[in-house]
Amino acid sequence: MSNSQILEVENLAVSFGDQKVLENVNFAINKGDVLAVIGPNGAGKSVLFRALLGLIPYSGTISWASGLKIGYVPQKLSIDRGLPLTVREFLGLKSSSKEKALKALGSVGIATGQENEHHLEHHILNRQMGFLSGGELQRVLIAWSLVDDPDILLFDEPTSGIDIGGEETIYNLLHELQDKRNLTIILISHDLNVVYRYANSVICLNKQQVCFGEPHAVLNPDELSTLYGGEAKFYHHDHQQTNS
Amino acid sequence: MDINYLQLTSAIFIGLASGYLGSFMVLKRMALVGDALSHVALPGVALGLLFNFAPLLGAFATLFAGIVGIWLIEHKTELPTESIVGLFFTVALSAGILLTPEPELLEALFGDISKITLLDTLLAVVFSVIILVTMRAISKGFILGTISPDLAKASGIKVARNNFIFMFLVALIVALGIKAVGTLLMGALVVIPAIASRNFTSSMSGYTKAGALIGLISLVGGIVLAGALNLTPGPIVVLVSAVIFVVTIAFKK
Repeated sequence: MSNSQILEVENLAVSFGDQKVLENVNFAINKGDVLAVIGPNGAGKSVLFRALLGLIPYSGTISWASGLKIGYVPQKLSIDRGLPLTVREFLGLKSSSKEKALKALGSVGIATGQENEHHLEHHILNRQMGFLSGGELQRVLIAWSLVDDPDILLFDEPTSGIDIGGEETIYNLLHELQDKRNLTIILISHDLNVVYRYANSVICLNKQQVCFGEPHAVLNPDELSTLYGGEAKFYHHDHQQTNS
Repeated sequence: MDINYLQLTSAIFIGLASGYLGSFMVLKRMALVGDALSHVALPGVALGLLFNFAPLLGAFATLFAGIVGIWLIEHKTELPTESIVGLFFTVALSAGILLTPEPELLEALFGDISKITLLDTLLAVVFSVIILVTMRAISKGFILGTISPDLAKASGIKVARNNFIFMFLVALIVALGIKAVGTLLMGALVVIPAIASRNFTSSMSGYTKAGALIGLISLVGGIVLAGALNLTPGPIVVLVSAVIFVVTIAFKK
């Protein structure tokens, strides 16, 4: 492993019983990279994450750089509406430091300054988790993953587009985090535009690894039709020129 | 019927511990597990009565064997906990009813705190303190493991270990509660204070503390009331907690 490399995966395979859900996965990422994981439903994207986190048994090797702190944002968190757990308490499950919690909330665009104290206390910290909107919950989950200053973030994108509120998209947010905190990000994405705009490498999975490399180099019509089946048509238009 | 300090001391500690632990059981959707598990205690109570040792210890022994069995089968088969508990409790209830000497059957089923001894009271205090302290110590990891086992494991929390400790505590509280309300009604002691508390609290710390307090009020209030009316305490305790539950519905947010 070279100095800047923080994760190397070789010959990774995962089986559930007799069923192979992932095989022959090989990739590496460097510090500061944004790696997008794409593939159709059931391709093993979340399984890859679970293997990387050590939640399920696998074969092959996963080597993390030593002393690395990993933050994880799951695709969803099923919370009963009535669950008596406030946002403050949820963040407190990870660290009892209030400053860290506030810093993490600040990083996900929740205003934490003195003048916002009322809003912060009543509309965020003392709110029950089950009463947050989908976007607020997503922000809080990302904040949760940031509380202990991770070096790398594993972000499992929600399947349905989530409006996190305001002008900002979740990807602007991730982009900012990457800049400000020098985070390395592995992101499961369902949106190829996002991959083009934010990722500097991409891995395509369909139970096996179909491609790995820079988005513009590997995401061609042939690869995409291998990945998603013959019907996938993807027209790539570059947003950057119009937006910036 | 006289109420003495042994009964009151036991009631205070068992009430606090069952209300507190019960709030975590309800959180984990294990409300009925406590109820069902209490039946697993019955053969142990019967053995204690037959061979003249403290039924509380017999109850704890069969409960402990029961939860180890449930935990092992759960990990081996991945069947839901509740269904495995269903197997254990019906088998245990059958064995218990066959084993329990008939004169004591009613006491085993409905409890009788008026017959509590000094040893029972000491055990009740010690076990209750163990339950309160241990549960508080594992509560953060336990709560996270209940909301999302993946998130908990990814944060380095030993979810399986916590669940095992939790089941051990459940066995302890059930063994204690049986003396107060009996095997048939034990479930009420852990479920009702928790759901009453949930009606008017929005934070975890408020919910678990109020659960403990309602447990205490139900048990002490029930025993005092039963003493005054000269009735069996177990059912009165359950009715007192049910009244508290009904009152809390009015405060439901």
